[in-house]
Amino acid sequence: MVNETEPLLVVDDLAVEFRTDEGVVKAVDGAAFTVDRGEIVGVVGESGSGKSVTAMSILGLVKSGRRVRGAIRFRGRDLGTLPAKELRAIRGAEIAMIFQDPMTALNPVVSIGRQIVEALRLHDRKLSKAAARDRAIELLALVGMPDAAARFKQYPHEFSGGMRQRAMIAMAIANGPSLLIADEPTTALDVTIQAQVLDLLRIAQQETQAATLLITHDLGVVAELADRVVVMYAGRVVEQGDVTTVFTAPRHPYTVGLLESLPRLDRDVDELHPIPGSPPSLLTPPPGCPFHPRCPLARDRCRTERPELRVVGNGTTVHRTACHFAEELAALPTEVTR
Amino acid sequence: MSDLRPSLDTPEVTAAEEVVATETDTAVRSRRRSPLGMAVRRFRRNKIAVAGGVFLLLILLLAVFAPVIAQQSPTAVDLGAIRRAPSGEHWLGTDASGRDVFARLVYAARVSLLVGVFAALLAVLLGTIVGAVSGLFGGWVDTVLMRTADMMLSFPSIVIIIVLAGILGPSIPILVVSIAITTWPTTARLVRGVTLAVREREYLHAARVAGASRGWMLRKHIVPAAMGQIVVVGTISVAAAILAEAVLSFLGLGVQPPQASWGNMLNDAQSLTVIQSMPWLWLPPGLAIAATVLAVNFVGDGLRDAVDPRQSGRS
Repeated sequence: MVNETEPLLVVDDLAVEFRTDEGVVKAVDGAAFTVDRGEIVGVVGESGSGKSVTAMSILGLVKSGRRVRGAIRFRGRDLGTLPAKELRAIRGAEIAMIFQDPMTALNPVVSIGRQIVEALRLHDRKLSKAAARDRAIELLALVGMPDAAARFKQYPHEFSGGMRQRAMIAMAIANGPSLLIADEPTTALDVTIQAQVLDLLRIAQQETQAATLLITHDLGVVAELADRVVVMYAGRVVEQGDVTTVFTAPRHPYTVGLLESLPRLDRDVDELHPIPGSPPSLLTPPPGCPFHPRCPLARDRCRTERPELRVVGNGTTVHRTACHFAEELAALPTEVTR
Repeated sequence: MSDLRPSLDTPEVTAAEEVVATETDTAVRSRRRSPLGMAVRRFRRNKIAVAGGVFLLLILLLAVFAPVIAQQSPTAVDLGAIRRAPSGEHWLGTDASGRDVFARLVYAARVSLLVGVFAALLAVLLGTIVGAVSGLFGGWVDTVLMRTADMMLSFPSIVIIIVLAGILGPSIPILVVSIAITTWPTTARLVRGVTLAVREREYLHAARVAGASRGWMLRKHIVPAAMGQIVVVGTISVAAAILAEAVLSFLGLGVQPPQASWGNMLNDAQSLTVIQSMPWLWLPPGLAIAATVLAVNFVGDGLRDAVDPRQSGRS
């Protein structure tokens, strides 16, 4: 039963654990956010903040990890309870993924064209080879591949990094997904190519009307592309809201720290302020707020009581934060404005 | 348009561009660039391998056109002409039953090639499936399959074949099956190794994310990745199977007389007098076995070098 009133994707109190020799790693510990139809949501956070594990959980492909709590609902269906076959039918067709490194995510000994054709035929067995081929060339042209028909027969090593990423995007949108997950789509690329690929993601998004979950540690990419942003820290969502609101009036000290540690070209900044300390061990997360050991506002309550995600501000969009003292941040004259 | 093309384009390609949609062009371009095309080119540069291939082709033609080439029947007994030396009528003489040795040699090529090729095909097919399933599924499936393979490898294969032939009775199908049963573990281990390597590759993860089932991944990524090496092992297996057929038939457990095979022709050559004074009875089948097996191995080596250039010059 498709529930049209609910957002396209609902991640509800998701917790994923990995058993290791040293103990249980709580990679994701109560992540919650939603993605609406056609919306671009950026998920930002440091390495190990749980953003990639969250993405893999959506696809039901967390290797050796275990979902201990929570639900992931896509179009009203709980992906965790679907049989493997139905899940496979969703993967690649309704939820598609763009990988970080297009060199390794493409099979080096199969031509680009054939890989796209197979992505198409995987979900539509009745599609004829000729029709799939035409559609693949069409897709390559759509992602701005010059001379698509000739490129169709080439192998990944004959493509530049940017071209490979284009091919990956073509493959991802091949089956007209309603959700695209882009995992660090620009990290492996040259700065000059990054901008092109971001443009392309925007085009792909407009073309397919697919909601996009943009996983990145690059705040610039989020500012450039996303409608909303979800900030993750130590496996939890610490702040989420409209990109402009979160970036101009952050209500979590971690977000403030992230923004202040960012070099900017548009403003004269004398000094960058890195966040002191390092992310907590997920084997033994600190009690209370996971950010308190590094937080300038931390006090006793932060060390004992875990802050829940709550609505702050009175803007037109929903802005949530998991900080006991978000209002104090609002009172501070923040330097960080767009 | 033309200024967008990479500079390394030759006029030939540009011309081909105009008929880009036709199949001919697809063939032209893929031969230029595909991994298969490159392997074929490397193979053709290997003169010994090509010579082996040509020799095998000749043997194959001999086998196919046996009735045309051999004027005599391979099974016609002529008790008035036993163990005759080669002559104009019997090019390679006659055997202990007065049958024409040349005719038997030519017809035996059919049996030897048939048994060799089918036993190898069966072994490779079985080994590929077992190896890929074992590598992809892992866990207890892997353990059970690989320990079975280890068990097969630790028995002397000839003993297993002799026991099987003894229980089930000697016939060509039994021969093929028993050779395959003892040789599949080699392929299985090889394919499992490739599977384990490919399984961790990002593109397989990408395939899984794109909704591919295990069967799809096996067909589209794992078996193609192992195909080069499978072909090599398969070729070497053909040589081994031809030898095994010869040994078993020599021992009387393989192809049964009056049907001729290179192995059972040698069976007649067990007495010292035959070996010393009637070389036409054992020299032709012996040479045929040796030359064919050598040719198959040359082709196998050539294929290995063609498929994986990094290994060339090793052997």
